[in-house]
Amino acid sequence: MTAKIAYADVEVGTELPAQTFPVTRDALVRYAGASGDFNPIHWNERFAVEVGLDDVIAHGMFTMAEAIRVVTDWTGDPGAVREYGVRFTRQVVVPDDGVGASIEVTAQVAKKLDDDARTVRVDLVAKSGGQKVLGMSRAVVVLA
Amino acid sequence: MALDQSFVGRTYPPTRPYEVGREKIREFAESIGDTNPAYTDPAAAAALGHPDVIAPPTFVFAITFKAAGLVIEDPQLGLDYTRVVHGDQKFVYVRPVCAGDVLTVSSRVESIKSLAGNDVLDVRGDVHDAAGELVVTAYTKLVARAAEEG
Repeated sequence: MTAKIAYADVEVGTELPAQTFPVTRDALVRYAGASGDFNPIHWNERFAVEVGLDDVIAHGMFTMAEAIRVVTDWTGDPGAVREYGVRFTRQVVVPDDGVGASIEVTAQVAKKLDDDARTVRVDLVAKSGGQKVLGMSRAVVVLA
Repeated sequence: MALDQSFVGRTYPPTRPYEVGREKIREFAESIGDTNPAYTDPAAAAALGHPDVIAPPTFVFAITFKAAGLVIEDPQLGLDYTRVVHGDQKFVYVRPVCAGDVLTVSSRVESIKSLAGNDVLDVRGDVHDAAGELVVTAYTKLVARAAEEG
């Protein structure tokens, strides 16, 4: 395990490079196949409306998978992630308009947890359409 | 209707072994648009100290959620799955999931609460490898919204 960021080089408040991830209907169909989650609310507009949604919504786990990329791209080694948790607070609506939606993710070092283990807690903020879609979004990461 | 509290602490037998394949990891990584070579290139993964390509952090949910299905669909529990939404999700890793791993999941009902008419169910899934070593634990909170009146 070899993170490319050194524990000594980060402080509380150190910001990770922010990223914006597109979410299209095409991506949701691919994710359904790859993850095995074929719930039709993630690809069938007729069904989504029938169950009271405005439109097709992204899998919560798709949003969770995208958000942690800000951390894994920062460390280089995805194996450096020791804990990762989120609360799903708001749906990401994905219209079939050729554009879809986007998830904007920012993150910063919230705490240096253990000088010997070189672990830090990173707090993430994920927004779509200007509104937070994940709450309590935190990762514990081992640095070099 | 409140869920049966006697389910708290109930454990379910380990699932049938799931063999993690390189190409399944590649498919998953591509589906989230993640080009990190640790997911697709064994040499890149080896350079990071991993025995084979590793899976993205949330990959294992596909396995643990299927295992949680034993709980969710247990007719004795009486959960109305049509009203269930995913509340929280957390993973605690001992090590990353690697291609070649043969994984089983043991699920346990951690807690059952009733909040404002909603049923809140916490399920824990411990994922073990073929040697019996713990790889990752998944904590899944499911919320069954209260049925509408009338």
